[in-house]
Amino acid sequence: MEFPKDLKYTKEHEWVKVEGNIATVGITDYAQDSLGDVVYVELPQEGATVTKHEPFGVVESVKAVSDLYAPLSGSVTEVNDAIVDSPEAINEDPYGDAWMIKVEIANTGELGDLLTADEYQKFIEEEK
Amino acid sequence: MESNGTKGLVLDEPLIFEKSSPGRVGIGPAHSDVPESDPKKTLGQKFLRDDIEGFPDLSEMDAVRHYTRLSQWNFGLDSGFYPLGSCTMKYNPKINEAASRLPGFAQLHPYQPEDLSQGALELMHSLEAYLSEITGLEAVTLQPSAGAHGELCGLLMMAAYFKAKGKPRTKIIIPDTAHGTNPASSHLAGFKVVPVKTEGKGALTVEMVKAVMDEDTAGLMLTNPNTIGLFEKNIKEIAEVVHSKGGLMYCDGANLNAIMGLVKLGDIGVDVVQLNLHKTFSTPHGGGGPGSGPVCVGKALEPYLPCPRIKKENGKFSLDFNRPKTIGRMKSFYGNFSIMVRAYSYIRRMGGVGLKRATEAAILNANYIKERLKGTYHLAFDEPCMHEAVFSDKFQESCGVSTMDIAKRLIDYGYHPPTVYFPLVVHGAIMIEPTETETIDTLDRFIDVMKTIAEEAKTNPQILKEAPTKTKIRRVDETRAAREPILRWKK
Amino acid sequence: MPYIPHTAKDIEKILKAVGAGSVEELISQLPAASRLKGPLAIPDGLSEQELLGHMKALSSKNSTVEEYSSFLGAGAYNHYIPSVVDAIISRSEFYTSYTPYQPELSQGTLQAIFEYQTLVCQLTGMDVANASLYDGATAVAEACLMAKRITNREGIVLANALHPEYRETVATYLTGTGDHLSTIDYSATTGATSLDAIESAISDKTACVVIQHPNFFGSLEDIEAIAGVVHKKKALLVVAVTEAVSFGLLKSLGDCGCDIAVGENQSFGNSLSYGGPYLGFMATKTEFIRQMPGRLIGQTVDKEGRRAFCLTFATREQHIRREKATSNICTNHGLCALAASVHMVSLGSGGLRKLAALNLSKAEYLKKKLKESGVEAAFTSPTFNEFTVKVKGSPDGVLKKLLEKKIIGGLNLEKYYPELGNHLLICATEMNSKEEMDALAAALK
Repeated sequence: MEFPKDLKYTKEHEWVKVEGNIATVGITDYAQDSLGDVVYVELPQEGATVTKHEPFGVVESVKAVSDLYAPLSGSVTEVNDAIVDSPEAINEDPYGDAWMIKVEIANTGELGDLLTADEYQKFIEEEK
Repeated sequence: MESNGTKGLVLDEPLIFEKSSPGRVGIGPAHSDVPESDPKKTLGQKFLRDDIEGFPDLSEMDAVRHYTRLSQWNFGLDSGFYPLGSCTMKYNPKINEAASRLPGFAQLHPYQPEDLSQGALELMHSLEAYLSEITGLEAVTLQPSAGAHGELCGLLMMAAYFKAKGKPRTKIIIPDTAHGTNPASSHLAGFKVVPVKTEGKGALTVEMVKAVMDEDTAGLMLTNPNTIGLFEKNIKEIAEVVHSKGGLMYCDGANLNAIMGLVKLGDIGVDVVQLNLHKTFSTPHGGGGPGSGPVCVGKALEPYLPCPRIKKENGKFSLDFNRPKTIGRMKSFYGNFSIMVRAYSYIRRMGGVGLKRATEAAILNANYIKERLKGTYHLAFDEPCMHEAVFSDKFQESCGVSTMDIAKRLIDYGYHPPTVYFPLVVHGAIMIEPTETETIDTLDRFIDVMKTIAEEAKTNPQILKEAPTKTKIRRVDETRAAREPILRWKK
Repeated sequence: MPYIPHTAKDIEKILKAVGAGSVEELISQLPAASRLKGPLAIPDGLSEQELLGHMKALSSKNSTVEEYSSFLGAGAYNHYIPSVVDAIISRSEFYTSYTPYQPELSQGTLQAIFEYQTLVCQLTGMDVANASLYDGATAVAEACLMAKRITNREGIVLANALHPEYRETVATYLTGTGDHLSTIDYSATTGATSLDAIESAISDKTACVVIQHPNFFGSLEDIEAIAGVVHKKKALLVVAVTEAVSFGLLKSLGDCGCDIAVGENQSFGNSLSYGGPYLGFMATKTEFIRQMPGRLIGQTVDKEGRRAFCLTFATREQHIRREKATSNICTNHGLCALAASVHMVSLGSGGLRKLAALNLSKAEYLKKKLKESGVEAAFTSPTFNEFTVKVKGSPDGVLKKLLEKKIIGGLNLEKYYPELGNHLLICATEMNSKEEMDALAAALK
C-alpha cells in the first residue's frame, strides 16, 4: 500500500495535495482497499462550500458506503466528473486520476491539522 | 465427507419475455355476457394506451414450465437445512397454508359488513389475545406488514406518547448490535439515534445506558436476546434506568423464538415490542415476504395504537375507529390477514405447552451446534447461547479463507449458508440459527460438514474459493451489477 | 409435540454434549427474576384434524364474495385468479425460501422478481421498478418521502380523491419527519381534480403532488395536463393506481409525464383475504434510482460469464446505510409479486387488454342499468370499472336492504366524505354477472 510523501492525510482517510491556495482532495489507497470495488461516487457541485470535518460527498462499494469528509474548509473550484462515470478509477489510481475535488482554501490555519504520510501510516496501523 | 449435493438435471430457461410469441394466448379472460363498450367512445382516445410493447404472450403450459424451472433454481426450507441466523427458518406447516386458503378466509372483502366477517374478526381478536399472553403486554395491533413496519409503528407511538405529555423527545438509544432496521425506523419516526458501543462485551450494561439516557431521550431500542444470541441479563435494571428518566423500553422481538414461554417481556420492563409472525410463528418467508409484524404494548401506549382496533361487545366483534389519540394508520385495511390465519393456526396446533417446548428445543439445538463447533470455528462469545450461535472466520483467516468462502462451500455440500457478516460487531460473523424443527441427525451432519470445510480450508483452500461449483451458476459479479445496472429486460 | 422432532434420547445426547444436566439447567442462564413462573394461558394444542375442523368452523362464520354478489372495490378488487397462480406460488422452493441473499441458491426468486420489475415497467411506462412494497398505501407514503429527498422540499400535496386510507397512511408516515401536508379538492361536477385547484395548491416548496388514477370515485384524471402544471413548479408528480387492471386500457403513466408511479397490484393474482397481504409497487425514472426505497434485482454474470441475477444497489438499504437508508423496509411482498407475475403472464398482452375492456363493459352496463332504475352517476368524468352514484335515501339503509337480497351493494362514501351523504361507490368486474347487475339495479329501483 502506498502513501506518497508529498501528500497530507486525514484520519477520515482522505489525502490532500496543497498547491498554492488550492487543495486537491481524494481518498487514500487504504480507504479504497477497505471499501472494495467502488461502484458509485457522489461529489458536490462546482462552487459549493465545504467545511472541515463535514461530509462533502459519498463513496460506495457493493456492500459498504462511506461519507467523504472535507479535510479543509473552502469553496470547490473543480470537480472530477470523470470518476462519477467510471468510479473504478478510485480503486485503480486513488492518488492520480481519481482525485475528487479541488478546494480554494479558506483558512490556511487548518493545514496544520493534517497528518504527514508517516503519521497517517502509523494511525492506520493502530486502527487495524 | 461426502456431499449431499449431487447432480440433477437443471434446465436452462430464458427470461419470460424471450419466450414470448405475439398473439399466443394463455388463460384468456372470461366470456362477456354484457354488450361491449368501446373504450374509444366511452373514455376517449386521449386516455387510452397503445399495445404494451414486449409484454409476454405464452401458452399456459409454457408459462407453467417457465416458473417450474425457475423454482428448481431455488433452495427453500423444504429443500434442506437453512440455518439463517436471526431469521428463524423453522418448518412452515402445510396445514397453515390449507387454512389460509379456505374460501371463508381468502374470499373476504375488507369493506364487507362486519356482520359478514365475524369469523375473521374473531380470529384476529383471539390472535391478539394470544400474542398479548405470550409477551405479557396489554394490547396488540396486527396492522403492520413486517418487522420493520412494526418497529416504525411502535416508535411512532412512543413519539406520540411524549408529544401528548407536552414534552416531545428527540433521541433514542440503540446498541451497535442492532439490526439496520432499528436505526432506519427510528430515523423515519423522527428520532436521532444515539448509538451505544457494546463492542467486545456482547451485552449491554446498566452503566452504558446510564451514560446516555436523559430526559430528552425517548428510550432504548433493544433486541433481546440480542443479535449475538445472548439474553440481555441486565434488562430489568436497564429498564429501571430508562423508566427513571421517564423513558420507554422498546424491544425488537425478532428473536422471540428464544424466550417464548420462558420470559414475558412485559414482566421485565418492556413497554413495546414488535413480533415477526414470519419468524417465531412459522409463517413462510415467501422468498422475501409477505410477513406480518404485530406490535404489543403496555397500558401507557395503548391509546396510541393504530386504527382500527378490534372490539368485542356482547359476543359480537367490530372494528373500532373512534380512537382520538391514535397515531393513525400504518397501511390500508387491517394488516396481512392471511398471514395472521397461518400464525393463529400454528399457535392453536402447538398450544401453550408446545410453544414453550419449541423454545426449549430451539435453545438445545443452538447450544449443541455451538458446543460441537467451538474449537473448529472461533466462537464470538463463549457462554451458553439462546437460539443462535455466532462464530467467525478468525481461525481460518491464516489459510486465506473468509466467511464468504465457508458459506459458499456449504452450498456445495447441500446447505443454505448461515447469516454472514452480521452482527457487524463480530468481524466475519457466521450466525447459525438451527431452530427447533431440525433433528439432531441433521445437525450432526451439518456439524461434520462444517468440520470438513475447516479441514479443507487448511489443506485445499482453493476449493473453498472456487465454491460453489454444483449450483446452476457460480459466484456472481455483484460489482458489475452495480456499475452497469440492468434492472429490467428490454427488447 | 408437533414440528419438534426431539426424542428423549436426542435430548439426552444434546444435554450431554453441552454439559448440562437438564433442559432447565441449560436455560438457567436466564435470570431467575425474569423467568415466567407458570405456563402460558393458551389452549392446549389441537391435532391437525381437529385444527382443520376448527379453522373451517371459524371461516364459516364469514360470508364470502362468492356467497354474496359483491360490488365492493375501493382499493381491493375481486378478480378471477387463474389456477396456475396458486399452483406456482405453492411450490415450496418459492414460498419457503428467504430473501435471496445467496444468489447461487436463489436464481429462481431473483429471475422471477427481475421479470416482475420489467412487467411493472411495461404496465406503467416507467424506466425502473422495485421488487415490491407492502401495499398501495405504504407505497404512496414511501413515494412522498422519496420526493422530499429528491427535491429537498417539504410540501406534500394530496388529492382529496386519493384513497382516504392512503391519505391517512401518508399522514402517519410523515409525523416523524415533518408534516407539511395539504389536500386539493375534487370537482363536485366531474369528480376529478381540477387543474386550477392544483395550480393554486402548489408552490416552490412543494415536493410532490399525489393524484390517484382512476381516482377513489372511479373518475379518470387528466394526468398529462396535471403533469404540466406540477412540473412548472419543479415539483414531482406521483400517480397512485389502486386498480391495476386499468393498465390494460389506460395510457401509460410514463407517457403522461408521471415521475413516480405507485400503487396496488393486488388485482393481479392476489386474493382479497380481508385486506392483505397485497402488493405495493413503485416505478420511477432512471435518474431517481438511488432515492428509491425497497429491494432491486439486477442482471449480471457469474464468474463463468453466464447470465445471473442478484440484489443490487443495496447501499440504499437499512442493513448497510442504517439511519441514512432510503427506507426501513426489509421483508417486502415477494410472493405476492410472483403471484401477480404469473397472473399477468397467463393473460398475455391481448388477454390483459381484453380483461380491462371487459371490466369497462361490465361497469358501463351496470351504470346504464342503474340509470334506468333512476340511480344516476354522481360525476361526469369517464370511469373505468368503478363509479359513484347518488342513491335515494340513506345509504346505510339501502345497503342493508340489499344485504337481505344477498347483495353487498358498494361502499357508503359518507364515512370518508361527509359532503357525499347519499353516495355509494360501486365496482363491477368480470366476476359480476349480468344477472347480478340486473338484480342490483332492480333492487335499487
